[in-house]
Amino acid sequence: MPETWQEGGFGLYVHWPFCQSKCPYCDFNSHVVERVDQRAWADALSAEVARHAAETPGRVLGSIYFGGGTPSLMTEHTVAAVLAAADQGWTLANDVEITLEANPSSVEADRFAGYRAAGVNRVSLGVQALRDPDLRKLGRLHDTAAARRAIEVAQETFGRVSIDLIYARQDQSEEDWAAELDEALSLGLDHYALYQLTIEPGTAFGDRFARGRLPDLPDEDRSFRLWETTQEMCSAAGAPGYEISNHARPGQESRHNRIYWASGDWVGVGPGAHGRLTLDGTRIATEGIRAPGAWLASVRERGHGDSTRETLSARETRDELVLMGLRTRDGIDLDRVARAAPDEPELALDAMKAAGLVEIEGRTLRATEAGRVLLNSVIAEILPD
Amino acid sequence: MTDLSHIRNFSIVAHIDHGKSTLADRLIQSTGTVQDREMKEQLLDSMDIERERGITIKAQTVRIDYVALNGEKYVLNLIDTPGHVDFAYEVSRSMRAVEGSLLVVDSTQGVEAQTLANVYQAIDADHEIVPVFNKIDLPASDVSRVAEQVEDVIGIDASGAIPVSAKTGQGIREVLEAIVHHLPAPQGDRDAPLKAMLVDSWYDPYLGVVVLVRIKDGVLKKNDRVRFMQNGTVHQVDRIGVFKPGMLPVDELGPGEIGFLTASIKQVRDTRVGDTITHEKKGADKPLPGFKPSIPVVFCGLFPVDSAEFEDLRDAIEKLALNDASFSYEMETSAALGFGFRCGFLGLLHLEVIRDRIEREYDIELITTAPSVVYHLYMRDGEMRELHNPADMPDLTHVDHIEEPRIKATILVPDEFLGDVLKLCQDRRGIQLELTYAGSRPLVVYDLPLNEVVFDFYDRLKSVTKGYASFDYQMIGYREDNLVKMSILVNDEPVDALSMMVHRDRAEMRGRAMCEKLKDLIPRHMFKIPIQAAIGGKVIARETLSALRKDVTAKCYGGDATRKRKLLDKQKAGKKKMRQFGKVDIPQEAFISALKMDS
Ligand SMILES: Nc1nc2c(ncn2[C@@H]2O[C@H](COP(=O)(O)OP(=O)(O)O)[C@@H](O)[C@H]2O)c(=O)[nH]1
Ligand SMILES: C[S@@+](CC[C@H](N)C(=O)[O-])C[C@H]1O[C@@H](n2cnc3c(N)ncnc32)[C@H](O)[C@@H]1O
Ligand code: SF4
Ligand SMILES: [Mg+2]
Repeated sequence: MPETWQEGGFGLYVHWPFCQSKCPYCDFNSHVVERVDQRAWADALSAEVARHAAETPGRVLGSIYFGGGTPSLMTEHTVAAVLAAADQGWTLANDVEITLEANPSSVEADRFAGYRAAGVNRVSLGVQALRDPDLRKLGRLHDTAAARRAIEVAQETFGRVSIDLIYARQDQSEEDWAAELDEALSLGLDHYALYQLTIEPGTAFGDRFARGRLPDLPDEDRSFRLWETTQEMCSAAGAPGYEISNHARPGQESRHNRIYWASGDWVGVGPGAHGRLTLDGTRIATEGIRAPGAWLASVRERGHGDSTRETLSARETRDELVLMGLRTRDGIDLDRVARAAPDEPELALDAMKAAGLVEIEGRTLRATEAGRVLLNSVIAEILPD
Repeated sequence: MTDLSHIRNFSIVAHIDHGKSTLADRLIQSTGTVQDREMKEQLLDSMDIERERGITIKAQTVRIDYVALNGEKYVLNLIDTPGHVDFAYEVSRSMRAVEGSLLVVDSTQGVEAQTLANVYQAIDADHEIVPVFNKIDLPASDVSRVAEQVEDVIGIDASGAIPVSAKTGQGIREVLEAIVHHLPAPQGDRDAPLKAMLVDSWYDPYLGVVVLVRIKDGVLKKNDRVRFMQNGTVHQVDRIGVFKPGMLPVDELGPGEIGFLTASIKQVRDTRVGDTITHEKKGADKPLPGFKPSIPVVFCGLFPVDSAEFEDLRDAIEKLALNDASFSYEMETSAALGFGFRCGFLGLLHLEVIRDRIEREYDIELITTAPSVVYHLYMRDGEMRELHNPADMPDLTHVDHIEEPRIKATILVPDEFLGDVLKLCQDRRGIQLELTYAGSRPLVVYDLPLNEVVFDFYDRLKSVTKGYASFDYQMIGYREDNLVKMSILVNDEPVDALSMMVHRDRAEMRGRAMCEKLKDLIPRHMFKIPIQAAIGGKVIARETLSALRKDVTAKCYGGDATRKRKLLDKQKAGKKKMRQFGKVDIPQEAFISALKMDS
């Protein structure tokens, strides 16, 4: 029997923790610094790749993802160095997916050809909005015109292009969003990540919200209708939702993200990067030191950048399988759930099934569309205490 | 033993925050009763909760040795009484154990409602009263205005009043001299049979029950065999002593003295406050006039949040009851909340104090149900039944009429807020008894139903008067009114812990307010939830809590799996803190919050 992670695949996540400026809604591990020593970072990231490759010998790598922060602030040499280390450590799949997150400014678009030459074959552009006033409110440095140009360059350069948009913004009506989404869909891209704005504690928006200074965010009912509109429009445009916030033309789904949602194994490299590795039958969660300087120093001096490395229990492994897997249209394999935690009580599915929030087909468990929009509650119901 | 002529027994009466505890500290400190290094603030407030809230709950006693300016040595016994209305009864019985009072008035504030209530108790107990005007170190101090007020409003002579600063110590010597020269010495007969008044008692883990006594006649010695006249029980005294303020053993206690005894008594309940203690042999034949026991007036249910902690709760309640005879309890079962206790308290503060102590000292999280007063149900067959819990309301066809407890509330308020206060009292079904002026400030006296007051009247009063009103009350008896039981149904299931007695004319309004509040307090569920208020089978108010429409995390990638899992565990733990009623989870704070009225 294959180890359960193999059903989810194997990938590499590389975290680039630097940005030009900090967006007010963002709680990612991103930092604004004067200068980055690209050589030093390229070396440290490559060393971490090699370290992890040594503990997972013989595996075939299906995906590499440069996330951030703003990976489009990496030089093409840094990207190339990390990719070379990966190539050396593992066998790259013939159809390996190599994605890089990019901010859609003109400076960054100029680097696209270099990334392509280094091996990147997919970009994810952080467009966020197609309305200039909203881009300003979101604290973004680019405007709509720059974003459109960056999209064009990306389409010419890479085989696959995805854009991120944030909706359910302050004061955003259903009509406004529908019109904006329509413009986005008419770009004819093969992948769209559409996130409802989340107010994260510890961010500038989080503080403003707590002080009552972030008015006119949609209430639950409006945010439901916005979500519904989004699902309908994307389906009609041939890019249906395959995960809560991700939409793609059939076959163009992000292979990398599928590893997370299907509880595959991935190596996480860089400050604050998380990883999951199944070694000798046990599942291990790793996390990098969050502060960039401390991470770099640790890699150099101690030979690794990990802050934690812990073994997940059968129950924790099973819970992750369920709470990640039910986010997708494909759902999860109940046999795999049972195998992950054979001694734990079974999922409590009856009530949610009766309410039409989940469905079972053969041995596949799926959240229905009604269930997906209530997923947090649904999961709390079905995972036994 | 000290000669009667050299003993002075006194208490201090004051409105809260006028400086009673600080003055007591100064008296204790300036006479060297406590060494400076042992001195901590508010020496007599011993429980954590008392210190934290700055209130005195139980009476405390201290014996002060004082060498007066005339060179003579005096023993001064101070009984510090509780300041809050809930404990007014303890004040009155402590007063009976002493002959005089210091009336402390904050000279920057003037006379307040508790000043009045407490000073009248002192007058009732025939006390000699020495006015003390405190806080003269503050610029806002106005001693002559306060003197005028004391004479006009209270009607006692303020010419001998002593201006002091309990903070700086200015005037403390004069206070001590006034105690010696203006307060009367106690009277008593050393050769008569022993008559000791049982002033208070409490449980000490090492000594068993400690009994505070005031000797009227005779002499009490260690190893004496004594009889508690009301109970008829006999005990051998194993320890006697005085408080300085720690316990100090003495050989005997004579007439006029205040001290303690222990006699291997197990339960506070075995010692009735107000009882007379005498010798087993050659005892007194007539007891001192007793006091009425204090009776609980506010009842509520206490249930463990985690039903597995029921036995721990029982244990905690039994232990607390050992030390507090005014707190009553009996087991209660609620369809919704499971096993718990129906408990009786002297008032809302008393309730909060006990609840805090259970949560804090015994680490048990509690659900507190709606407080209720005791109603008198007059049944058609002529029987009278006490109703402590609205859930126990019998079928109305058997009830002839219902009476509810009423109080007389005294409120002092600055002119500008008078209108709001009158409106508040009127809204709470009050009947105005008096509207006069205490100096320049209106003094309002209202006859109010206790059930309109127990819950949040004081909070409302504070908020409409920006904290400037002062308030005190006393029970005045029972009166019939048009009272009904209102039930609350959540998702069509009656929630007994939320049912309450209301006046028929106010039922619709209260029902609507309750339903609206609950709609905000109960989180949305995956289905819609009707919330109704009903009298009998008739629905008088209704709201619908709509179903949850959207509850999903937008972004969830590799780094979020851990976070998501931890969040889920937290969510589950949070759910355990709610109570399930049918399929609905109600957060524990809803039981109390739903009852708070906005007007
Ligand atoms: N300035 C000043 N403050 C005082 C004086 N006496 C008491 N206080 C303060 O008034 C507050 C209430 O005093 P406290 O003794 O606790 O009052 P109680 O509630 O009557 O026991 C405390 O903050 C004291 O420090 C005084 O003579 N002058
Ligand atoms: C790793 S982040 C940022 C990538 C890139 N630095 C950028 O900003 O374009 C990936 C995406 O998450 C989304 N995102 C970040 N914070 C969010 C928030 N608070 N609410 C909703 N979406 C958010 C944005 O669409 C963002 O493009
Ligand atoms: S949203 Fe993107 S660009 Fe903005 S701070 Fe976060 S990671 Fe950086
Ligand atoms: Mg005090």
